Amino acid sequence: MIMSDIAISTTGLTKKFGDFTAVDHVSFEVRKGEIFGLLGPNGAGKSTAIRMLSTLSIPTEGSATVAGFDVRKEDGKVREHIGLVSEKMIMYGELTARENLLLFGKLYDIPKDVLDKRIAKLLGFVRMEKWADHRIDTFSTGMKQRINVIRALVNQPEILFLDEPTLGLDPQSSAEIRELIRRINIENSTTMVLTTHMMGDADMLCNRIGIMDRGKIVALDTSTNLKRSISGSDVTLFEFEIPNLDADIVSSVESLKSVSSVIRGDAAHIKVSSVGNDSFDTLVDALRKNGAQIRTVKNLEPTLEDVFLHITGHEVRDDASKTSTPTQRGGPHGWRPNNRVR
Amino acid sequence: MGVRRVLRHSAWICWKDLLEFSRSKLRLVMLVLMPLFMMVMVGFIFPTGSTISHTPVAIANQDLTVNGTSLGSGFIAKLEAVNNETSMMDLRSATGFDDIKTMIQDGKISGGVIVPSNFTSELLAGRQGRITLVTDQSNPQTSATVQAVLTQVIGELGSQFAANNLNHTYNISLQEAPAVLMPYSVQVRGIVPGSTNYFEFVAPGIMAMVVMMSLMTGLPHAISYEKDMGTLDGMLVAPTSRWAIILGKVLAQSTRGMIQGAIILLLAIVLFGVVIHGSILLVVLLILLTVFSFVGLGILITSLADKEETATMVMMTLMFPMMFLSGVMFPIQQMPSFMQTVAGFLPLTYAATAMRKVMVLGAGVQAITPEVIILTVFGIVLLTVAVPMFKRAMNR
Repeated sequence: MIMSDIAISTTGLTKKFGDFTAVDHVSFEVRKGEIFGLLGPNGAGKSTAIRMLSTLSIPTEGSATVAGFDVRKEDGKVREHIGLVSEKMIMYGELTARENLLLFGKLYDIPKDVLDKRIAKLLGFVRMEKWADHRIDTFSTGMKQRINVIRALVNQPEILFLDEPTLGLDPQSSAEIRELIRRINIENSTTMVLTTHMMGDADMLCNRIGIMDRGKIVALDTSTNLKRSISGSDVTLFEFEIPNLDADIVSSVESLKSVSSVIRGDAAHIKVSSVGNDSFDTLVDALRKNGAQIRTVKNLEPTLEDVFLHITGHEVRDDASKTSTPTQRGGPHGWRPNNRVR
Repeated sequence: MGVRRVLRHSAWICWKDLLEFSRSKLRLVMLVLMPLFMMVMVGFIFPTGSTISHTPVAIANQDLTVNGTSLGSGFIAKLEAVNNETSMMDLRSATGFDDIKTMIQDGKISGGVIVPSNFTSELLAGRQGRITLVTDQSNPQTSATVQAVLTQVIGELGSQFAANNLNHTYNISLQEAPAVLMPYSVQVRGIVPGSTNYFEFVAPGIMAMVVMMSLMTGLPHAISYEKDMGTLDGMLVAPTSRWAIILGKVLAQSTRGMIQGAIILLLAIVLFGVVIHGSILLVVLLILLTVFSFVGLGILITSLADKEETATMVMMTLMFPMMFLSGVMFPIQQMPSFMQTVAGFLPLTYAATAMRKVMVLGAGVQAITPEVIILTVFGIVLLTVAVPMFKRAMNR
């Protein structure tokens, strides 16, 4: 066991499904007590990475150490120290909240008296005491997710994996779960690894964020540093409102050397990230030359979305709404001819 | 990982499964209804000679009176008298063959009897009186039954007629007449007391079948459903042996199968008058052996099927031939020889046979030793194949 402040460390971690490489030689470290985010579109390999770290899937190549144990050779030991909040809720609808917690507690060999107290404490932690003996399938989605999260805490794990914990929740429940995650992290100093394709979640929760795309971690830093990495350099983000926007105008902008990526927002909006001090002039010249009537221009503060766009050349949302096979991805600039062009 | 720990975890998983099962009232009702329907269905749909009643049959009396005597009318009167006691047929009259033909075509009757015009004259002349039975060829099973019943009744009426003649002509007493007419008589005797009842044939087989079904459908369903729902991950991510999970599921499904088996036994005894001649303990042990022989198959299907839907399809494909070929509903001896060979490869055949020997014939361990050995071998072979497959499937 490495006595350090490292909770998880991976080296060249890879998972292949036939010809498809879901996770491609990923190496990173998660520090003890931090909330580490894996951000990326669906199919980027986040869930597969979490499944390998939580011993549910055996790596094809590479290695990973979780809580000081090798996921391959000491999977039993790893399991004692981790908890998993999966994208699909791990609960039995026809059982009560208490029965669910009892079953999973017993699978960790927790003595009855200790378990009873712990269950009461966990239910109190999410203010669900009075619902303890009600069936899960009578709960709202938000209530279910609260139980789903504390279910993963029944063995008091050192490391908690959360796979898309706010998926399918309304904004209020989402905020509640984010708050819950933060409280668990602070009160129990639990190390957390969460995956999300929601920029907001990653921004608000994570100490450090690894941006994943096509099985690789393409950037890894704090949210602030990631944003600074594009705004601090000479990359500038502009949003133009052009009522007569068409495919020709878009491709004219795309073909500029100074432009690193172009995204069409809707019929009249275009987001351009460009490099260089005189890039704005070049952009406007190109637009005007192609007959574009510019109504407004905004200089945007970079968001994580822009970071993603800048690094990968395509939008997060693009992939979230599509299947993950590489052939269906867009061109080099992430702009696709079929992307809402009329 | 310690054996006791595996057993403890599997007990908890079994507890969870049974608790989940018991939460639906409809499921509990079905637990009782399914075996009941099964018994009623296979017990009643197959016609047997003794079970026909109120079968519509038409009689055409074309007999001509000779010197004021009509032996045809006498025959029909006796036939009606016999039928009034047994109510096997609903008799109605017809004019002749064409009339009966039309009535059969219309589906009004299942057969007909024609007493020809020369019936009395032939008998009086010392020749046989010929009676024609008209059958419905579109329904061979009912025809055969009606034919058998009528042949028997007419045969008996003929014997009575002959006995009277012997008495009259040769002065042989009515008590001695049967010995002259039919010197040989047949007595049927089973090896256990009581008459044979179709339910006695069916109940043991259905018990074995229900146990098989609960493992073959229940086990793959229980595991692949949890895989689809994502709840299986919760168990896999806990420090629980894969064996505890499968063992817990097997325990839960076996319990369910045994409860249903017990319900069948109870229904058979209380509602259908089945008498158990063998030892109940042996019956329970046989059920456990049946569970053992099918566990491997259940695990195998679970490992092969990635989704619940696939699992359902695979097990349906395997289960139906087993239900029909294993002698649960039809005696194997009545099947063509190549089908009997197929039946020889199905574990359910041996489970049903052994169960029947014990329950109906009161057989002891010795009599069922071949079946016990075969079932054990089936279980071991299937488990040897299934265990590595399951291990691989769980680590995808």
